[in-house]
Amino acid sequence: MSKPQTLFEKIWSRHVIFEREDGTSLLAIDRHLCHEGSFHAFDKLERENRIIRRPDLTFGIADHYVSTKAPELGNEEESLRIPIEKLTKNTQKAGIQLYGIGTPEQGIVHVAGPEQGLTLPGITLVCGDSHTATHGALGCLAFGIGASEVAHVLATQTLWQEKPKTMRINIEGELSPGVVAKDVILHLISVIGANGATGYMIEYAGSTVRNLSIEGRMTMCNMSIEAGGRAGMVAPDKKTFDYIKGRKHSPKNGNWDLALKDWRTLFSDKEATFDKEIYVKSSDIAPSLTWGNSPEETLPVTGEIPDPRKEPDESRREALELTLKYMGLTAGTQLKDIKVDRVFIGSCTNSRIEDLRSAAAIAQGRKTQVPAIIVPGSAMIKIQAENEGLDQIFIEAGFDWRATGCSMCVGMNGDITPPGERCASTSNRNFKGRQGPGSRTHLMSPAMAAAAAVTGRITDVRELTTVGL
Amino acid sequence: MEAFKKLEATAASLQIANIDTDQIIPARFLKTPRSTNHGDFLFHDIRRQSDGELDPKFVLNTPENSRTQILVADTNFGCGSSRESAVYALFDAGIRCVIAPSFGDIFYNNSVKNGLLPIELNRSKIEDIWQTLKTANTVKIEVDLENQTIHLPNGTNYTFEIDAFRKQTLIEGLDDIDLTLKYSQLIRDHEKNNATKRPWTATID
Ligand code: SF4
Repeated sequence: MSKPQTLFEKIWSRHVIFEREDGTSLLAIDRHLCHEGSFHAFDKLERENRIIRRPDLTFGIADHYVSTKAPELGNEEESLRIPIEKLTKNTQKAGIQLYGIGTPEQGIVHVAGPEQGLTLPGITLVCGDSHTATHGALGCLAFGIGASEVAHVLATQTLWQEKPKTMRINIEGELSPGVVAKDVILHLISVIGANGATGYMIEYAGSTVRNLSIEGRMTMCNMSIEAGGRAGMVAPDKKTFDYIKGRKHSPKNGNWDLALKDWRTLFSDKEATFDKEIYVKSSDIAPSLTWGNSPEETLPVTGEIPDPRKEPDESRREALELTLKYMGLTAGTQLKDIKVDRVFIGSCTNSRIEDLRSAAAIAQGRKTQVPAIIVPGSAMIKIQAENEGLDQIFIEAGFDWRATGCSMCVGMNGDITPPGERCASTSNRNFKGRQGPGSRTHLMSPAMAAAAAVTGRITDVRELTTVGL
Repeated sequence: MEAFKKLEATAASLQIANIDTDQIIPARFLKTPRSTNHGDFLFHDIRRQSDGELDPKFVLNTPENSRTQILVADTNFGCGSSRESAVYALFDAGIRCVIAPSFGDIFYNNSVKNGLLPIELNRSKIEDIWQTLKTANTVKIEVDLENQTIHLPNGTNYTFEIDAFRKQTLIEGLDDIDLTLKYSQLIRDHEKNNATKRPWTATID
């Protein structure tokens, strides 16, 4: 019998073209997604006069600079239009398919990719964006790369990679009411730290993960990078296959049966070993949010702002003081007493239909107390939500219902949180200035963000509902 | 790419953990083409006071550190986004080497691809270097990639690890696309084989 293998090893080994003596491997790349930021790579290739090897395996999707107010191109400022136009020009010239502004397939690259069937179990998928780990929820090896690597993939359809170490995170048990995938991943990062998985490839396993929807698994894999991990993955199962079947670019006809047969072999063998195993009990997880500038600075909503004076390590104490100063918070404050100025529901972490439904369940029949925007993850999700009447619930409650894009996750399209303002956000990064210079971000689930919108402060979502979310 | 072999230069401490790429270069500068000098964008928002003036207390704003080429940073330096502009900003500001207890994975790769050497060193050694930097106005550190060593003026020497492939590309200033193209036949063979075994991955339906 062959040596037991992890899911990751199975995928890795089938993509190795050549292994150097020092262990670095030349890895074949099956799918490559580009967004506006890839102009650096196209510029480099043009300077060096290189040919794009497999334009047919690359897809362009506009998301980072797209206006969520005026989805047709031409209404944004000149400086924002340029990167979008560059993507159009570069993909056209290379013969790369583009899901640009106004196309029904457009959306945030990590939402639209899986939705269009570009993401499949067992493949290697890369994109010049750190949250590429999202796609691993369908059981593939997906990771973010920088501009030089994007250029390398365009020119060769391969990448030189050092084999990462493997970590399995086992999450067992049923989630408590009000607790969702976002809470699980925030809790996990607070346990292992923002660099707890650096150098590792994470596999999420256990009954809690199995019970999550594909959307929930994507939320978890998405934030693998916030724990330092380059990639996260979940072994594909029936839910995965059902999700993929019939999507625009998913395997058709005879290929579907062949693929399915192969995908059923994609799991970590029973005897396979990982470099590290972590165990988490679902019952330990409460609705959670971040209070600082690192995703590891997460607490249950019932918690309070930590006191720097209780921190024995000097440099940590200073750092904590700086964080509290930046965030405008005082030690000992109950999280639930913190007022918010603004709410953002969107981003590749939490903008899928299930996220919008859970936010709508809270918004229904209530009124927003602060400006709140909702940005669906793709044009298709927007239509689906409108067909379900979610847009009406949001609009009646006073939310601003927008078109798709990255929006206030990164503030590149002009949607920003002004300096000093506090934003309850469903995105993935609470870094200083992430949502605009001087912005203060608290990361949380869509239902928690909707709850903050209708009360004007951080709110325990369990106080607004007793039904399962 | 500029080759990196050996460097003797002033070093500065940046004793803040989790310096993410949004702090190294804020998102609003990412639309800038590579041909523009990115040096002014480096740490743009964290090196300034609320009135927009440079904060004299920020380490890189001091006159002694105006020519710093080595940053001695804290844990998880360059975590966050994949933006290579973070490396462009460091490089254009003259930084050729960052020493830290750990790095964001993608940042680490991006550095190597641009001739900037990231060195991972145990935190207690980093603390020693910070201490040395604290006691003198300017300290020159020597970094020798070929021998994988760091020399401090007080005579302390450290060795560091780097994988052979990255070391080679840095020392030779090698663009790895050229290297990869030498394997074109193997790439084609792999693609052909894959198309037979897993046709649904070889083309897009
Ligand atoms: S939504 Fe945010 S994290 Fe996701 S791809 Fe866009 S900018 Fe990156």
